[in-house]
Amino acid sequence: MNFEEHAGKPLLAQALIPIPRGRVARTPGEACAVAGELGEVIIKAQVPAGKRGKAGGIKPADSIAEAETVAAAILGMEIGGHTVEKLLVEERAPIAAEYYAAILNDPVTKGPLAMFSAEGGMDIEEIAEKHPAALKQHAIDVRKGFSKADAAAMVKGTGVDETTVAEILIRLYDAYIANDAELLEINPLAKLEDGRVVALDCKFVMDDSAIKRHTDTADYGTPDKLTALEQRGKDLDLKFIELDGDIGVLANGAGLTMTTMDVVSHYGGKPANFLEIGGEAYTRATPALKLVLDNPGVKALVVNFCGAFARTDVMTEGVINALKELKPKVPAFFSVHGTGSVEARSMLKEQMNIDPYPTMDDAIQAAIKHARGAP
Amino acid sequence: MIVTGKDRVLIQGITGKQGTFWTERMAEYGTRIVGGVNPKKPGITHCDVPVYASAKDAMKQTPFDVSVLFIPPLGCKAAALDAIEAGAKGLCILTEHIPVQDVMYIMAAAKDNGTRILGPNTAGQVTPGEAFVGFMPAFDKEIFKPGDVGVVSRSGSLGTLLCLNLVQAGYGESAFIGIGGDPIIGTTTLDALKALDGDSRTKKIVLVGEIGGAMEEAAAEYAATMNKPIFAFIAGQASPPGKKMGHAGAIVMGDRGTYASKASALSEAGVTVLNTPSEIGAALASA
Repeated sequence: MNFEEHAGKPLLAQALIPIPRGRVARTPGEACAVAGELGEVIIKAQVPAGKRGKAGGIKPADSIAEAETVAAAILGMEIGGHTVEKLLVEERAPIAAEYYAAILNDPVTKGPLAMFSAEGGMDIEEIAEKHPAALKQHAIDVRKGFSKADAAAMVKGTGVDETTVAEILIRLYDAYIANDAELLEINPLAKLEDGRVVALDCKFVMDDSAIKRHTDTADYGTPDKLTALEQRGKDLDLKFIELDGDIGVLANGAGLTMTTMDVVSHYGGKPANFLEIGGEAYTRATPALKLVLDNPGVKALVVNFCGAFARTDVMTEGVINALKELKPKVPAFFSVHGTGSVEARSMLKEQMNIDPYPTMDDAIQAAIKHARGAP
Repeated sequence: MIVTGKDRVLIQGITGKQGTFWTERMAEYGTRIVGGVNPKKPGITHCDVPVYASAKDAMKQTPFDVSVLFIPPLGCKAAALDAIEAGAKGLCILTEHIPVQDVMYIMAAAKDNGTRILGPNTAGQVTPGEAFVGFMPAFDKEIFKPGDVGVVSRSGSLGTLLCLNLVQAGYGESAFIGIGGDPIIGTTTLDALKALDGDSRTKKIVLVGEIGGAMEEAAAEYAATMNKPIFAFIAGQASPPGKKMGHAGAIVMGDRGTYASKASALSEAGVTVLNTPSEIGAALASA
């Protein structure tokens, strides 16, 4: 789950990392009120997307009048597919240097990875490309934690105030652990002209599998932008993603579902959705199928089951019940293999007079052919 | 890495619905189940084996080599550490949605103790005609029969489909290694590839990957040095970027984890990359 800057920064403050004073504003008037308290400010669009500055969503304001103009200009902007509805208005101070600091989950070392660069203010890919030698990394053993010595060794020789920055890295790790982050990034971590080191931005992504341990904090995260059908899927605890094609897809397991979409594309069709009912969801075929069919763009349906953990007879029974209940005009093209498939095929034959296709390729090609011929 | 009929297997969470169902399937197939764990029910017999309060107690009474975890996400860290500290040689962690920081903790402990980890979020491992762990339909003769093709898969359902297709084409498997769909897993594509390279029964290899991460790219370098022919299918070419496609690990972020990156790395390493899983029979025949 992504957190916007204004929602991530309090977690840094809780870990005693200095952040600028500031508040969220939703109207130009509110922005003026904050500017009135803080003086020279920076006004920042709050959207769950990167490159806000380049898009014109981050601007300074030196007076209350200017704050009003700038806030009015940024509110309503489209940045990375999101409309700006909130601003973060913060005090502004002259910057002497910009650093990069992050802790993230690393699949290679299978543990947390601390990263620091005295060259900051650009995104990490750019730092890695332009200043590879400046990028310091330290793999952390999550059982032992991140020691002062580790952090000091990382920043040694980078030209920064080593004690201050090392302490901030350790606190960043504390916040990463305390909040089950998969990424906690400060970019830039700024050294101000008055000598203070302050987090000017914060990117925080919470591990989705850990949200249930942080229900209070998760309330401040940005929910994924969902279509009405996707929201229904979420409420049913089904993994449903709406796409713009006309071949409805119902399959079990993430890998098989992605593959069904791939094979639809391979034969020149366009998938209308991703929907997997593997894992524990395999007993919920009926509500799942309703979701697929409620997408008005669907002209043909591919049901592709290959049972391992998920039993194809249980899934097929659910699909048959849904077809009987919904009586869709859209035809269904089946491919059924694996655990329970003998029972599943005979149920389809007896109750629906449907013979599944011998392979998924056959079922998919037949569905595409139907969709093309359909009015 | 590859489970055999000799390995002594413990089931943590044996008394649950899925634990019971799949323990029965494993035992019927020939997997040597020696015990189970349920902290609340020590002393009972379930699925014909003794149940202990912990893996450590089990190790004292009926030593085991491998433990299979049928445990809910938030209980996995404690259960896995119990088995690792008990001295397990391998763990098969089936559970999906374990918090990643818990997984990292398990991985660090396993490394110190020399414990191999399969998963999390794996469907398990099959040695056809001998033994299996996890929840794979090893007993389905349309899908698994002894042969010389080693299969590595991030996905249980898709791995099952590839196995079905290759058995339909007249081939059989030496081993199926489900490595799991999570972003951080114990046995990576590269680890599984090395195991199959060193396995004398395996003559050909099928890699079933998916978008997200860089495991296929990491395996490609090693694949280039191998003599055994390798065939790969990578799922997710038609998936939109920036979305988790069911598996926590299956997400394209910017230009990282893309289909194109994986397919080209594998192709350059001499691996045959398939357009659809149904091409596997013809591809194996041409090798």
